[in-house]
Amino acid sequence: MTSISDREKLSYIAAQAADARVNVELETEGMTLNIGPQHPATHGTLRIIAKLDGEQVVAVDPVMGYMHRGYEKLAEVRTYPQVTTLINRIDWVGSFANEVPFILAAERLMEVEAPPRAQWIRTILFEMSRIANITLFLGDMGLQVGAVTPAFFAFRDREHVLNLIEAVTGGRFHPNFDRIGGIKDDLPAGWITETRRVMKKMRQYCDEIEALVEGNEIFQARTRGIGVIPADIGLSYGLSGANIRGSGVDWDVRRDNPCGMVHNETDWKVWTHPDGDSFARFWVRLQETRESTRIIDQLLDNLPSGPIMAKVPRIIKVPAGEAYVETENPLGVMGYYVISKGDLVPYRVKIRSASFNNISITPWLLKGVYVPDIITILASLYFILGDIDR
Amino acid sequence: MGLVPGLIKGLGVTGGTMLRTIFPDGLKKPIPNPVKGAETVQYPHEKESPPTRARGVIALHEENCTACMLCARECPDWCIYIEGHKEKAPPRRAGGKPRKVNAIDRFDIDFALCMFCGICVDVCPFDALFWSPEYEFSEPRIADLLHDKSRLAEWMETVPAFEAYEAGSEAKVKQVPPT
Amino acid sequence: MSASLNIIGELAYWQQTGIRVGAGLAAVLLIAGTLVYLHLFKLVSFMQSRLGPMEAGPFGSLQLLAEVGKFLQKEDIFPRKADRFVFAAAPFVVLMSTFLLVVVVPGGPDAWFIDTELGIYLAMAVSSISVIGILMAGWGSASKYSMLGGLRATGQLIAYELPLILAVIGVVIQAGTMNMQGIVFAQAEGSIFGWDGIGNPYILTQGVAFLIFMIAMQAELTQAPFDMPIAESELVSGYMTEYSGMRFLLFFIGEFATAGVFSAVAAVLFLGGWYIPGIDPNDNIMNVLGPLVMLVKIVGLTFVVFWARFTFPRFREDQLQKLAWKVLIPLALANIVVTGILKVAF
Repeated sequence: MTSISDREKLSYIAAQAADARVNVELETEGMTLNIGPQHPATHGTLRIIAKLDGEQVVAVDPVMGYMHRGYEKLAEVRTYPQVTTLINRIDWVGSFANEVPFILAAERLMEVEAPPRAQWIRTILFEMSRIANITLFLGDMGLQVGAVTPAFFAFRDREHVLNLIEAVTGGRFHPNFDRIGGIKDDLPAGWITETRRVMKKMRQYCDEIEALVEGNEIFQARTRGIGVIPADIGLSYGLSGANIRGSGVDWDVRRDNPCGMVHNETDWKVWTHPDGDSFARFWVRLQETRESTRIIDQLLDNLPSGPIMAKVPRIIKVPAGEAYVETENPLGVMGYYVISKGDLVPYRVKIRSASFNNISITPWLLKGVYVPDIITILASLYFILGDIDR
Repeated sequence: MGLVPGLIKGLGVTGGTMLRTIFPDGLKKPIPNPVKGAETVQYPHEKESPPTRARGVIALHEENCTACMLCARECPDWCIYIEGHKEKAPPRRAGGKPRKVNAIDRFDIDFALCMFCGICVDVCPFDALFWSPEYEFSEPRIADLLHDKSRLAEWMETVPAFEAYEAGSEAKVKQVPPT
Repeated sequence: MSASLNIIGELAYWQQTGIRVGAGLAAVLLIAGTLVYLHLFKLVSFMQSRLGPMEAGPFGSLQLLAEVGKFLQKEDIFPRKADRFVFAAAPFVVLMSTFLLVVVVPGGPDAWFIDTELGIYLAMAVSSISVIGILMAGWGSASKYSMLGGLRATGQLIAYELPLILAVIGVVIQAGTMNMQGIVFAQAEGSIFGWDGIGNPYILTQGVAFLIFMIAMQAELTQAPFDMPIAESELVSGYMTEYSGMRFLLFFIGEFATAGVFSAVAAVLFLGGWYIPGIDPNDNIMNVLGPLVMLVKIVGLTFVVFWARFTFPRFREDQLQKLAWKVLIPLALANIVVTGILKVAF
């Protein structure tokens, strides 16, 4: 981990200022560039209206909501088991992680706790969806700065993790596996051996990405000092996850507030990077993927035996009350605020999804950068559109 | 620009992957065989077998169904249509009273709406619904995705036996009823 | 072409021209096809652990025909506000530069298209024509993405023209001629410290120039890491964004044919062209073997081009300008100076 020199950072800022000065002197005319809603670089339908002066961005206006599906409202007319099917589709790349905070919130209201084996398996699948999610980011980041091959590597190796998730839950993308009071089913025979093999493979993939993307001088030139988020500004915009850890804030809900998850039973580390630039965010995510594979390995080592479901009535009626549970999802902190009036259905569900907050910093962050850097910075912020629009 | 080796290492990764794909057997048998070396599968010619639990299509074991409507009610997007009637069945023991049983007239699942969440299979108290990992049932016309009870019953043949659990599990392995 | 060499001299001028034009077309299109199939479809696929096209023909070898057929069927769309003439003509201008470039490349002692003293000078001159085509495409499309792409491409191509030419000058000084045939003969008849077993391919003495030439060539071809003008993740497809069907196909052919032709030029300049060590370069058999040798060298060089293209991320516009003006051009100039001094000294 090496910090960028101030010289590099300053030279970029100086170039920005010089260009801005030239634009003023020449009295150049601005141009509005519409990036999205359909554009190869925005995974989904995020629209970015960029006011350009030459290749320099004067102002940026992210427009979201093109894919709004109204899950908060839909959840009000779905029973608790049905809601998990909906919220699977929020962050569709690591979807098991979406279910967990909601289920935990419901469990807190019902005052049940999942048996240890269920918690263990839940944590394993949670970390696995993190790997499935961030693997994609690692390849996609390469693609966004112009290298095609890492994306293929990402899809190639992510497949193994998805196969594991499918072998347990039955669904590759939408597991719908978490239940109030436990999980739906136990692990199938032979799964643990297979998982260990795949985790080794994923560490190899991380090495490959490190050699192919992270170590590449061109990649570093493109990402170092680009899109620097100071820690205080990042926090005030509500950034979370690797985006804020890339700015040097040592904050991970998995370690600091582990409700119903057993990460702290293992020996693991929260990675941070002091720079706060695009490279730092990439670096932190790469280390986190490695760390996740290690967490899974350790959890498999001491997987307790026992039941997987607590005693829960067949028809779930959640007692009246309010609960807010947040977890460290692949994209950042995701929380569910569940209000129940003692009905079959929740009275209100507020979803705090990470990407919505992460993307809200763009107008501040993209001011003054060049057009190619818009894409680099957006890619490094890493959002899944379903997570923004819900 | 910094040092050059990062670029060379990158070339090494892609070049190495290329060689591994072309020569999957390594130096022992340097015969180009990319079909084996590639991670992809040539789909219509060779097929991957999904895991036993894969949620491909829902199969109906008609004898077990009592038209209790639980699945239809619990379905998040209400894509199950059931109609049934009561009918008399011969008594279990000789000389007993004729039993009343529920018979289904209609059991349709609209796979164009289905989200493959598996709640119907979960809630069925009589083990009438099963997941089959079969995935090739796409249709040119969307209306044909509405599978009626005879079509759903056909899928029963493709339902695999439930697999054993990992050590330390207390769950009981369920049985698939013979068709 | 080679078998009929003795006859060629006896043909009328228009017949000779016909044969040469036909051979030129074949050389460009066949090489482009080979490169697309071999590199883009197959080797690059292998780099990404996949197989590439497998359905059309054995191992997908006829996929290219299918692609061409698909492009030909597509509608030729003009954007509403496009400058129709400029928009329509741009791909032809780009392709023209490729076809003009190939004429200087020799394939054997008698297998040449034109044998002119200007040789490499002509090649460098006509290679710049594509800039005009790209600028036309970018401007004529009346699209912001195309325009940004076109402007980036123009800046980049002009910047990298210089190191390209300066790299060549080293070779020209050493060979003492600008004639491409002459350069090949100079390499074939040269010797390394008195040992003439493999002649003297200039990659040995002009290694720096070769490196600069390859980098500049990559930039001229707008392949990654220099594909900022196309930059599919931000500018959709750069100056090609608005093109479809036949005209897009022309750009596509232009891209890969130019890769082949530039590699051919590099092969002639640095790898010894068509000669085979141990065979008298004036032997008639070289007219048959020569083109094959060239093909092998072209495939080898383009492999490097595509390998880099699918491995590296792209430079930002200002970074690649910096690379051209601050690194490559001074290096090329230094190379010329050193070559000149050594040429005079020995």
